[in-house]
Amino acid sequence: MTPPANGPSSTATLRQRHPQLFGKTPAEKLRDRLIIAAVVAFSIYALGATGFFDLDKIFGGLGKLGHVLGFMLPPAHNGYFWDFMGGIFETLAMAFLGTLLAAIMGVPLGFLGAKNVVPQWVFHFGLRRFFDGIRGIDQLIWALIFINVVGLGPFAGILAIAVGDTGTFGKLFAEAIENIDKRQVEGVRAAGGSKIQIIRLGMLPQVLPVIVSQVLYYFESNTRSATILGIVGAGGIGLQLSDRIRVYNWDEAAFIIVMILVTVAIIDAGSRHVRERFIGKTEYRP
Amino acid sequence: MTDTIHTIGGGDPVAAFEAARDAARRAKRLQTAAGTALFGLAVAASVYIGEVRIDTFVEGLPGFVNYLNDIAPVLRPGHLAEDLAEWYWAFPRWLGLLWDTVLIAFAGTLLGGIGALVFCFPASRNLMPRYPVYFVARRLAEIARAVPELVYALIFVFAFGLGPLAGVLAIAVHTAGALGKLFAEVNENVDPKPIEGVIAAGGNWFQMIRYAVIPQVLPNYTSYGLLRFEINVRGAAVIGFVGAGGIGQELMFVIREFIYTDVSALVLMIVAAVVCIDISCEKLRHYLIGQEGLS
Repeated sequence: MTPPANGPSSTATLRQRHPQLFGKTPAEKLRDRLIIAAVVAFSIYALGATGFFDLDKIFGGLGKLGHVLGFMLPPAHNGYFWDFMGGIFETLAMAFLGTLLAAIMGVPLGFLGAKNVVPQWVFHFGLRRFFDGIRGIDQLIWALIFINVVGLGPFAGILAIAVGDTGTFGKLFAEAIENIDKRQVEGVRAAGGSKIQIIRLGMLPQVLPVIVSQVLYYFESNTRSATILGIVGAGGIGLQLSDRIRVYNWDEAAFIIVMILVTVAIIDAGSRHVRERFIGKTEYRP
Repeated sequence: MTDTIHTIGGGDPVAAFEAARDAARRAKRLQTAAGTALFGLAVAASVYIGEVRIDTFVEGLPGFVNYLNDIAPVLRPGHLAEDLAEWYWAFPRWLGLLWDTVLIAFAGTLLGGIGALVFCFPASRNLMPRYPVYFVARRLAEIARAVPELVYALIFVFAFGLGPLAGVLAIAVHTAGALGKLFAEVNENVDPKPIEGVIAAGGNWFQMIRYAVIPQVLPNYTSYGLLRFEINVRGAAVIGFVGAGGIGQELMFVIREFIYTDVSALVLMIVAAVVCIDISCEKLRHYLIGQEGLS
């Protein structure tokens, strides 16, 4: 390579020889513009199809929303405070038991779904797809289904959380187990440990911190989702919230929303505290 | 260390060590026992409050199995085409509803993303010198994020009427909060040198954002936006439960009315759509991350 001499002619030569060094080629520019145009066109179509160009509806709705916000302030419990607290406790109980049940079912399923525990390819692939299938169905859909099975009430919510998160835990735990250090497993095996002993002494100590951390994280997340399960009739504070909204009791609805926000903030802080105590400070987030 | 042991044991280091160890073990056991008791109490209280009844569950369990049996379609190998046609008897209409759901998720993510773009710069500690503005922007984003979509949807269905508009707005408000927080965190990790460069060259706040921050953060924004779109497709599928449009409204109806095979047909469609969108978004995300010159 001869070093290029300075001057317009050498720049022109370089530009000709390595066009990609001087910004995008016309073809690339055209392609980028086409992509942007397509995205903009699709955005306009999507907004139109969902009714955003119906200005009467938009402005009428905004006016109504303003009234609602006016009625919401100040939030008031109108003497129902302890009823609402009952709903909050019910929500917490649902999240707690649902997560606990899911964890109890998820740990053995996670071991069964891990490649290094059950090496049979078909079994492990099938189980993983089964987890995906359960996980793909939203908790609210599970809640509707369990309402048909055990009736309205918090128990349906508990089962919805438990079943939905069993799939999630199965997948997450299986992945954690597949990522463990092999040497400890081999150590136990070399010392003559049985299959159960290998799992108990070689694998479990390595994945337990991950499991505890994930379970706590999902407890937080389920506290949020348990607040809305009640909207479809599966118990908890959501039932009272949707009732208040249905009869236009906006100040009580606003009070319930504030209570939910405070509860979620407390649970988040508490769970972070417990997590740090158990496994030290960690940045791990799924 | 040895000095402390000497002073505690009054001379005999072994006895002192044993005593200290016993005390530590006792404290640890007490702590474990207290933790277990607390946990047991929490379980008992939850079982009581959550109205868990084993008999209902045991009675309900065959019901659940029957339910799964009822919603499973009849598919005979000889008449597969006819059986499929009967199972998916309203397929064109359902496909339309599914498309509505995707549009709700897309429009909600788009509007929420625009909202987040407005929110995120004042909500970044390193870009907003005025603390009160930062504080207000951060708290607003947190509140927008903390209220679930379904609660917004309940309120918006009242204000804007039944239909997809309420769903889009509900998703948009929640997304603005969620993405606003993520975008602000991305902003707080940018390289400060270009910012100093633009300010040193006499740029104002908007020019600083445009020329020093945006080029650094745009790939991350796109990636988070796509991730949020995936989440919002799931959200849009169930937001119809409160009347905010999309396939959820239909699903709620068929579950409530015990139209069994339709339940499995719709759930399967939703799961398939979610999986397809997840996979294509992941492909797109990897492609965009590979393209470093996104600007």
